Amino acid sequence: MRKITTLIGVLALASMLLAACGGGAVPTVSGEPITVVETVLVTVEVTAEGDGAVAETTPVPPPATGAGGERLQTILDRGNLICGVHGTFQGFGFLDTSGAWTGFDVEFCRAWAAALFNDADAVEFRALSAQDRFTALQSGEVDVLSRNSTWSFTRDGELGLTFGPVTFYDGQAIMVRADVVSDVTAGLDALEGAQVCVQSGTTTELNLADQFRAAGVNYEPVVFEDQSAAFQAYEEGRCDAITSDRSQLATQGQAVLSNYADHIILDLVMSKEPLAPAVAQGDDRLADMVHWVVYGMIEAEELGITSENVDDFLTSEDPVIRRLLGVEGELGSKIGLSNDFIYRAIKLVGNYGEVYDRNLTPYGLARGQNELWTNGGLMYAPPFR
Amino acid sequence: MQIPAFWRNIRFLQALGQLAFVLILALAAGFLYANVSTNLARQGLTVGYGFLNNPASFDIGESYIPYDASDSYGRALLVGLVNTLVVSILGIILTTIVGVIAGIARLSSNWLISRFAIAYVGVIRNTPLIIQLMFWYFGIILQLPAVKEAVALPGSIYLTRRGVYLPWFETQPAFDSWKIFIWIALASIVLIWLIFRWNQSRSNLPIPFWWNLAYLLVPILILWISLILQPQPPLQENIPILTGLNFQGGLRWTPEFAALLFGLVVYTGAFIAEIVRAGIQAVSRGQLEAARSLGLSTGQALRLIVFPQALRVIIPPMTSQYLNLAKNSSLAIAIGYPDLFSIAGTVANQTGAVVEVILIMMLSYLSMSLFTSLLMNIYNSRVRLVER
Repeated sequence: MRKITTLIGVLALASMLLAACGGGAVPTVSGEPITVVETVLVTVEVTAEGDGAVAETTPVPPPATGAGGERLQTILDRGNLICGVHGTFQGFGFLDTSGAWTGFDVEFCRAWAAALFNDADAVEFRALSAQDRFTALQSGEVDVLSRNSTWSFTRDGELGLTFGPVTFYDGQAIMVRADVVSDVTAGLDALEGAQVCVQSGTTTELNLADQFRAAGVNYEPVVFEDQSAAFQAYEEGRCDAITSDRSQLATQGQAVLSNYADHIILDLVMSKEPLAPAVAQGDDRLADMVHWVVYGMIEAEELGITSENVDDFLTSEDPVIRRLLGVEGELGSKIGLSNDFIYRAIKLVGNYGEVYDRNLTPYGLARGQNELWTNGGLMYAPPFR
Repeated sequence: MQIPAFWRNIRFLQALGQLAFVLILALAAGFLYANVSTNLARQGLTVGYGFLNNPASFDIGESYIPYDASDSYGRALLVGLVNTLVVSILGIILTTIVGVIAGIARLSSNWLISRFAIAYVGVIRNTPLIIQLMFWYFGIILQLPAVKEAVALPGSIYLTRRGVYLPWFETQPAFDSWKIFIWIALASIVLIWLIFRWNQSRSNLPIPFWWNLAYLLVPILILWISLILQPQPPLQENIPILTGLNFQGGLRWTPEFAALLFGLVVYTGAFIAEIVRAGIQAVSRGQLEAARSLGLSTGQALRLIVFPQALRVIIPPMTSQYLNLAKNSSLAIAIGYPDLFSIAGTVANQTGAVVEVILIMMLSYLSMSLFTSLLMNIYNSRVRLVER
């Protein structure tokens, strides 16, 4: 009996040492096996993958604040981009009955894939709910989030995200039944005691509370996880009003409501909703890629380059165009991409205006703030040089 | 005599097995912990519960405790927990009634009743709960007429797609002095129980079934007489009245609450019906026949012989159904009822404290379940067949 106890003791000690040894090992990022020699007892081979399993107290590598590039490299190695999108939002991110992904946000995913792989279809789309979209990004389930997400301080700072350039300037609005409020210029006080349908996990849910509180108007929110459920409940008369981004009310309203003409969207602008793509903090290379492809598409529209005529511009003498399309200079390689990455995106997907016209113009959404700066809008790309 | 090698010793092998198990467990826990902390650190996120004190700045549709958007995230989570508890407790009570009735109905000799019960169990048990919830909510409750064309039931009850409005009471200044009578009424229930027990131990005869009505009638009588004798009315009827866009006054059940409660009760009731049926059938037929031959009526035989013995079979699986009901209430988010899961999701989304919020949620559901199990286990040990 005693012998056994001693033996177990020895075994326990040995296993502790083993664990401690793993814990003391310096983790490597490269994945190459390194040999750690522990003078006391044993020699253990520790690989980067292995040490997480052995060591309870693995020293964590400091958050990558430098150039990064691991995530971008992972994407390039994988051969496709995993893009988090909306699944049921016509005009922005929608999986249609034939199984094809369409929409404004979806096309940006295609543009990034085109820039990375010269293949606009090298994208794997993941439909995400408003509530779990940021978690999916944080946990690395998706590489890029392109799902009509508002860029806000909290999300940028607290959630550990890096937002890309604004692809769509939006604002929160309220849609009501025309028989409840008939005047589009009415203020919030026309909605005293109203019940308002809203989607959870959105900035609109917060703005709603702020705006009604500021106006001193009583209301009752009815919160749904799913935007289509919110619209359905509104349609069935559960709520007097529904609130969301103006673009969403217009596109979803036409797609979902049986009689769109019976509803009006109040002129009241309740908030600024700059919609932008986002990546997880920590890989600036990936963030650069996301930024500059979008800028390239805006710049291309400004220069009049479209997916149809882009090949004609390859012979252009204009140095601005030559640099943008990668004919001269080495802009792409500076962020780890092919020099013609913008050319690929334009050729395979199109410029900003084309993407807008294809997806949003059919819903009657005028360009408005989303016009180029040269036409009085807010779309402005930093110079490519 | 030769001593066998230690690795052939059964006790050594057992100890080794235990040790290996503990090691694997520790490694798995360590791996999970390291994985979470590495990922959080990679994004520069920190774990902490400081956010609970920050203002939530979102509104919640229905709440049983005072809450507004300027309250903290912690308070918002509490509102969600209370909402979950309300629907769970009410659901457990109602589903027991529905389940027991349906279970007995299945065994009924009345062809129509038993077929109806079989159809109920068959349809409800074999379709997903989330679809049923959607059906009750979008298909039934939201199809009720608008507020202006409300279905008026006798007694000022109104059914509308904005909710069910019931008359309720409003406390008046005299309520404080009258409150004592509520306690007296409650005390009377205990008193009746004691009298019955004393009577039974003295006469050694079972008390007639109808005497049980005293539990209900005596307290009501006490409250009623005391209400009449009060110089000023302590309670005033609060009847829902249509004003403007909506009804004002009275008690309101939102469509979300009604659909969730109804869906959970109907769904869990089907499972409980089967449990009750199995429990009753587990009591051998001879017991019933013996009871009948002793001159007990069918009702008496069921109540005094069959049911007490069936309970020991019924209670353990019934506990799991209660737990299921409480946990299934998290599907509320699909139909917009602000339960714990729904509000925790919003909090996690707004603060980014996903790990912390999920931990809070798991702990809340865990303690709810453990507490329910504890109560049911106590009850189970009381109804268990005492064997010598």
